[in-house]
Amino acid sequence: MQTSSRLLITRRAALAGAAALLTVRPAFGTPESLAAAIRDFTGGVEPQSGGVILDLPPLVENGNSVSVTVRMDSPMTPEDHVQALALFTERNPQPNVAIFHLGPRSGRAIATTRMRLATSQTVIALAKTSDGRIWRDQVEVIVTLAACVEG
Amino acid sequence: MNMARISFPKTAKKGEVIEIRTLISHVMETGYRPDATGRVVPRDIIRRFTCRYNDTEVFRADLWQAVAANPFISFTTVATESGRLTFTWDGDNGFSHTETGDITVT
Amino acid sequence: MTRLLPLLGILLALPAPAADIPRAERRSGFDFMSAPNREMQRDDMLNPGMLWVGEGEALWNRAPDSGATACSGCHGDAKESMKGVAARYPAFSGKLDRPVSLQQRINLCRTEKQRREAFAPESRPLLALTAYVAHQSRGLPVAPPQDARLDEHRARGKALFTTPLGQLGFSCAQCHDDNWGRHLAGSPIPQAHPTGYPIYRLEWQTLGSLQRRLRNCLTGVRAEPFDWDAEEMVQLELYLMQRAEGMKLETPGVRP
Repeated sequence: MQTSSRLLITRRAALAGAAALLTVRPAFGTPESLAAAIRDFTGGVEPQSGGVILDLPPLVENGNSVSVTVRMDSPMTPEDHVQALALFTERNPQPNVAIFHLGPRSGRAIATTRMRLATSQTVIALAKTSDGRIWRDQVEVIVTLAACVEG
Repeated sequence: MNMARISFPKTAKKGEVIEIRTLISHVMETGYRPDATGRVVPRDIIRRFTCRYNDTEVFRADLWQAVAANPFISFTTVATESGRLTFTWDGDNGFSHTETGDITVT
Repeated sequence: MTRLLPLLGILLALPAPAADIPRAERRSGFDFMSAPNREMQRDDMLNPGMLWVGEGEALWNRAPDSGATACSGCHGDAKESMKGVAARYPAFSGKLDRPVSLQQRINLCRTEKQRREAFAPESRPLLALTAYVAHQSRGLPVAPPQDARLDEHRARGKALFTTPLGQLGFSCAQCHDDNWGRHLAGSPIPQAHPTGYPIYRLEWQTLGSLQRRLRNCLTGVRAEPFDWDAEEMVQLELYLMQRAEGMKLETPGVRP
């Protein structure tokens, strides 16, 4: 009896080990990596809520491609404009999505792209304005079919 | 070129804010996907997109692998003068693609 | 796909009347998508499939290395000559004595007229050319040819559609005729009309053919997928197009 249970454990462990080798899955992002990516953008300035708006649907059919818009009301004059709009994710394998560099030539502070979502999570938008301030918005998204995990 | 599509008004009034929409063919390989043998396919993405308006950069996007395949980017710019808009995408493995379009500003 | 197993088990318990969808109730997969994804298909600047249409146009006009003419050399402007063509495929090939899909027809031209090797199934140039040609029928109604030689093949396609397949023992009809609109693993079950092919499927992150999609379905019910260009594939497509008769073509479609 002891012999067979030892064999069973060994076999199970072997299968688990093999499965671990076969499963090539990226780790999900950590709060530390997200904080570091945000700090890279903000230069340490504390973001305040408001200003920037993140347009993202709360429920997404397929995480491989989700339309996302970041925008902010701004006169976009040389004296008062948005310098950059940035997108981050809480749980994707790595936290950055995109940084859009704008200026007075932009006319409006708005940018749209399509992003990947590895799982249901929070997406964060930051805006950097010419007065040195950082603005923040976020949306929690539920993903019914995730990206990143398989081909 | 059939690799990218650009859309913006061909004519505009001086000072008008125009929308530019771009779409380019690119796999945006994340570097996380296993191939059929189980080996991870290396990252291969577009890292940067720029728009120059008669030699002045008016928009730039830094991209990471969280941007979806066949990237779509849209943004706005002020129609300041007639001339040429140049769009460049640069990325891993020496990827570089350029498209141009002319605009008449009255 | 494993997460579908318990949910498919629930479907087994439901009655299976196996009736065709009434003509007036037929809806494209487009209608089952979220608003942003519908927008992605509708807007040619958002639709990634249009990149393949553009590539196909370039290929259409490019002469092959063999010295033979480009597609445009025989067929001229595709906007005129290819209008309505995709709407009436698969069609019967007298030469091969069997129905052929649009891709197969393109490859026949490639090998016989252009004297080049056939494009591999699901290869980029073949998908691009197919997308370009089929795009010329966008907005036109599916119009299966009234060709008696197709009848037995269409019947075979219907038999494939209504026969339980795979380890899970599901027929296409059980999901797509009897349970369309219900949800499976959080997604609505569409009616399975091939009106958008080749499609840009978000799950693939690329453009792909109806055959690729059918192979995904067959794998889903744990059946051995039919080979690329297998007779069964063309027969299924023939039946699906008949079933979608009159519905508008959408190529290139976008699907989740």
